[in-house]
Amino acid sequence: MSLAKKYPKEVKQILSKYPPEHKRSAVMPLLFLAQREEGYINKASMQDIARMLDITETDVAAIVGFYTLYHDKKEGKYRMQVCTDLPCALRGAEEFMESLCGNLGIKVGETTPDGFLTLEAVTCLAACDKAPMFQTQGPDGIKYHENMTVDRTMELLSVLKRSGREVE
Amino acid sequence: MEHILLRHREIPDINTIIVYKKNGGLDAFRNAVTRMKPNEVTDVVKNSGLRGRGGAGFPTGMKWAFIDNKNWPHYVVANADESEPGTFKDREIMEGNPFQFLEGVALACYAVGANAAYIYLRGEFWELAAFLDEKIAEMEEAGYLGDKLFDTDYSLKIYTHLGAGAYICGEETAMLESLEGKRGQPRVRPPFPPSYGLYGKPTIVNNVETLTNVPLILANGADWYKSMGTADSAGVKIFSLSGRVRKPGNYELPLGTTFRDLIYKYGGGVQDSRSVKAIMPAGASSSLILVDDDKILDTPMDYATVRTLGADLGSASVIVVDDTVSMDWLINKTIHFFKHESCGKCTPCREGTYWMSHLTERIHEGKGTTADVDLLLNVAKQMQGKCLCALGEFSTMAVVTGIERFPQDFNNAVSKA
Repeated sequence: MSLAKKYPKEVKQILSKYPPEHKRSAVMPLLFLAQREEGYINKASMQDIARMLDITETDVAAIVGFYTLYHDKKEGKYRMQVCTDLPCALRGAEEFMESLCGNLGIKVGETTPDGFLTLEAVTCLAACDKAPMFQTQGPDGIKYHENMTVDRTMELLSVLKRSGREVE
Repeated sequence: MEHILLRHREIPDINTIIVYKKNGGLDAFRNAVTRMKPNEVTDVVKNSGLRGRGGAGFPTGMKWAFIDNKNWPHYVVANADESEPGTFKDREIMEGNPFQFLEGVALACYAVGANAAYIYLRGEFWELAAFLDEKIAEMEEAGYLGDKLFDTDYSLKIYTHLGAGAYICGEETAMLESLEGKRGQPRVRPPFPPSYGLYGKPTIVNNVETLTNVPLILANGADWYKSMGTADSAGVKIFSLSGRVRKPGNYELPLGTTFRDLIYKYGGGVQDSRSVKAIMPAGASSSLILVDDDKILDTPMDYATVRTLGADLGSASVIVVDDTVSMDWLINKTIHFFKHESCGKCTPCREGTYWMSHLTERIHEGKGTTADVDLLLNVAKQMQGKCLCALGEFSTMAVVTGIERFPQDFNNAVSKA
C-alpha cells in the first residue's frame, strides 16, 4: 500500500511544511514514515516516495544510503545504538559495550537470535555528560537512555520485550 | 549569577508559555514587530557584540546585515544539528527553555524579513522535535506565530525538520542541501547563504544558542549584553564540560572564564584526582592544548585568548583529558569519527580520513613504526587548506597537535612494534 493511503494525515502534514514547488524537501520525513513499521525501507517504498515527489528512485536511494538512521534491510525490531565516541569513551563507554556484548551474547553489529535487538556502536549523540548512554531506534521512534549501567540496560530490555514499553 | 540562557535552572516551568510570558517572554518579539523596523533589530544585535555560538564565532548582527534584499523570499534556518563530539548544550536549551529559543528564531526572521523558518534538528532529537512542535503550536494559538501578527502585515511560520544521522549536516550549506531533500554535502562557498541559501534564496543560518541570546538582548539592550564577557567576546557562553571530570555538564559562564574555574570550581576537578594532561576546547575538532604547565589552566576562555594556546574555542565543548590517556588512542578515536562522518564529496577529506584511520589504528595497536607516525603527520598536513569544508580541516587538528605536542606518547606506541 502506498504511504499516502496508509498514512494520509501524516503525509499531508509533512507535505504542508514545504513550498509545493520544493516538495522534494519532504523526502526525509517520508522515509522515516516508510520505515516506521518494519524498521527498514524496501524498494517499493522508495519507488512510492520517488513518484510522490517527482524525483527518481535513485535520488531516494541515495538519501537512504547517505544517512545512518535509514536502513535498507531488515534487522532487529529494536536497534540499540551505544555511543562509543571520544567523550563517552573517556567515561567508560567501551567497557560498558564490552560487558553488554557479554550479557547479550552477541557482538557489535549483530542481532539477537530472536530478532529482537541489533547492537550497534555509533558516533556522538550529544549526551557526553551522561555516559554511558545509548539510544533505541524502534517502531515508536528514537529514545535516549542515559547514565546507564549494564544491569539497568538488561532490565530495560526485559520490560521492553514483555510490554513493548521503554521504561527503566 | 542568574542564567541568561539556561533560565529553566532558576525558573521552574519556564518551558510553558504561561510562565515564559510571566517572566517577560515574547514581549521583545511583539515590541519588535509592532514598534521597530527590521534593520533596527539587526542594529541592536550588531551593537551587542554577539558572535555565533556554533563554532565559527562570526558576528551575528553582521551576518544578518548581509541578507540580500534584492532577492525574495528570505528564510531563517536554526542549526539544531548539534553533533560535535563534546557538545550537548543546544539540547538542554531546547528542552529547558524552548520559548526563548523560538522567540530568538522569530526575532531573527523579523530582522531579515523571513516569513518562514526551519529548525533543522539532528535525527536523534526525535522526541525533542515532537516537543518543539507542541511549543510552536502553543505560540500559534497564543497569536505569536501565524498570519498578520499583532494586526501588522507581518506573518511567520516556524517548522521543525529532522535530519537522519550525519555530522556534516551541521555545516550550514550541507544543512541546506539536506533540507532541500538531498544528500548532506557542502556547497562551494561563496556564494554564502545570506545571498544564496535555501532553495537558492537568501538565508540566515544561526546556531540554537546564538538565537537564544537574542530575546534578552532586545529586551535589555546591547550595552547590557556587552557588559558581560570580554571586549573581544561579549556575553555569556554555555561551556559543555565532558571527559575525565567529576561533574560533567553544561555551565553557562561569561566568556573569559578560566579553564581552571570551569574544571575545578564548577566541574569538581579531575576524576581520581589525576592531573590534566590535555584539553580539547572545541570538541573532537579541536587542537589539543598541552597542559605541561599548571599556569595554562589560568587562560581565559574567550575567542582571542584561546588562540594564543594554538587552539580555537569553537563551540566551547571542553573535553578534559587526564594523564592516564595516551594520545595515540585519542586520535584513533577522533579519526574514526571523522572517517565515518566524511561526506565523500571532496577527495582530500574522503581519502585523507580513510588513510589516516589505517595509520592511527596500526599505531594504536602497537604495530606501527616511526615511519608510520611521520606518514600520518604528512597526510594530515597535506589535507590542510585543501578540503571543501571545515570537516576535513577539523579532522587533522588533533592528529597534528597530538603528534607534535605529545611526541612521547607516539614513541611509546611504536616502541611496542
